[in-house]
Amino acid sequence: MTREEKKWLRIAACRVRQGVIEATHSAKSGHPGGSLSAADVLTYLYFRRMRIDPAEPRWEDRDRFVLSKGHAAPGLYSTLANRGFFPVEELKTLRRVGSRLQGHPNMNLTPGVDMSTGSLGQGVSTAVGMALGAKKKGSGVRVYALLGDGEIQEGQVWEAMMFSAHYKLDNLVVIVDNNNLQIDGAITEVMSPYPIDKKLEAFGFFVQNVDGHDFDALEAAFDAAEAEKGRPSAIVMKTVKGKGVSFMENQAGWHGKAPNDEQYQAAMDELAAALQKVEAE
Amino acid sequence: MADVIKIATRDSYGNAVTALGAEHEDILVLDADLAGATKTGIFKKAYPDRHIDCGIAEADMICVGAGLSTMGFVPFCSTFAMFAAGRAFEQVRNTVGYPHLNVKICATHGGISVGEDGASHQCCEDFALMRTIPGMVVMSPSDDVEAKAAVKAAYAHQGPVYIRFGRAAVPVIHDEDGFSFAIGKAEILREGTDVALIATGLMVAEALKAAEALAERGIDARVINVCTIKPLDEEVVLAAARECGKLVTCEEHSIIGGLGEAVASLTAEKCPVKVRRVGVEDVFGHSGPAAAVLEEFGLCAAHITEAAAELVAER
Repeated sequence: MTREEKKWLRIAACRVRQGVIEATHSAKSGHPGGSLSAADVLTYLYFRRMRIDPAEPRWEDRDRFVLSKGHAAPGLYSTLANRGFFPVEELKTLRRVGSRLQGHPNMNLTPGVDMSTGSLGQGVSTAVGMALGAKKKGSGVRVYALLGDGEIQEGQVWEAMMFSAHYKLDNLVVIVDNNNLQIDGAITEVMSPYPIDKKLEAFGFFVQNVDGHDFDALEAAFDAAEAEKGRPSAIVMKTVKGKGVSFMENQAGWHGKAPNDEQYQAAMDELAAALQKVEAE
Repeated sequence: MADVIKIATRDSYGNAVTALGAEHEDILVLDADLAGATKTGIFKKAYPDRHIDCGIAEADMICVGAGLSTMGFVPFCSTFAMFAAGRAFEQVRNTVGYPHLNVKICATHGGISVGEDGASHQCCEDFALMRTIPGMVVMSPSDDVEAKAAVKAAYAHQGPVYIRFGRAAVPVIHDEDGFSFAIGKAEILREGTDVALIATGLMVAEALKAAEALAERGIDARVINVCTIKPLDEEVVLAAARECGKLVTCEEHSIIGGLGEAVASLTAEKCPVKVRRVGVEDVFGHSGPAAAVLEEFGLCAAHITEAAAELVAER
């Protein structure tokens, strides 16, 4: 990745974060914390990694993405909008009556959404089905699933993991957004899923631990995942919940709460300054 | 009386999905370690590459099916009714029903006729659960001929389908020659005007026997076979309500939430008539041979006959 390419990704990620704040503020509800922790990987996947075409969201041979942690919908929507699947302005309709942007992703309403999700633990199984389907068809489609670190407390997740390894789904990459927080507090206090990497390894995955906010690290991890044959890959990303908005960072309280007008302004100012700084580099 | 041929509808399922698999390469069969019991072992033998064992993980199986359907496959997810409709209810609701995906949920071992395995495996709630999901087609074939037709129709239908099959062998009441089947169409098996017996699944054969017994008592009973519980054939049910004035529903399911309740709510709103629901009362079953358990819980011709006779006698 060249310096210019990375700069372009960082600019895109800033815009994705702005969209998250814009959407949740407009909706007066939604999940900014986990959307912001995932903003960099979403940007990386949609702006650099995945074979997709915003003009043809249902292109048969596109790579698939499943937001298993469906509550991070504002993050996905903002990424899709900034990538050109639909107008950025539409983000302000989040959660409104008649909006294409439901509280949790709906594949039949939003261009670019590959699977309806929201009930935790189920999305990853659908990604597994997609990966198996791609293999059965002999297509080169790759499938990415993003899970929360709280989400992996759901037993079904491990059914899906066992399945992926059993069927050697090396076209599947499971990404865990390890921001260490869930609704009720730190994941270690609610119900520790640690050690996440060792559990995944035991389930037969090729596992990498990365900094989920470092584009070079993400690229190296996704390259290695793609090169790995005969078993599925997992990327456990260390992330900061609320990343990019200082007063939201590492606060469980920002899991499912929208910014008020004052907080909105502070967040947008901070993100605008960050954007300006990157652009000036 | 000629010998009645008996076939379990789970066998019909295994045979039908295998025959269909020969014509349509997009069919995949998913199982949760029950291929022997669901009879999809037949498919597995014929098309090993298109049979996917998911292990004992029904929730995952339903969602894997959902994912496969988005890649252009038509997955037939097979397990017992208890686990398909019961354990995986929320997966079916959120990941198949809500996105309206083309997944066929084929549940064997429905109802109390599972027999010896006992209450933990006797699913008498599946119609109720599946009926509440918007856009879900719910079918309960009465015999081998209808079960095979239902499997074909499910494949041809674009969208989620739930079909319940049985473990126990049941009489073949249809003639394959000239048999026609359509989702949402009920079938009048016998004309009559004093009372209508509206039945589904293995209770259809019992209702036919009951109609004969009622005829001996001078009661002229209409017999309606409702394979598609949802969408319900409102026209046929309402015509029965108007023309017979009294209805007895017959199902191997809880009287709560199944065919009986569907018929009762429809007629209450559009043509109020007296309705008796023959089904599993609000109780759990227990172990025993299928025939014995069915009789004990009132799911037999004699019970339908009495219920209908009492209803007809009422003013």
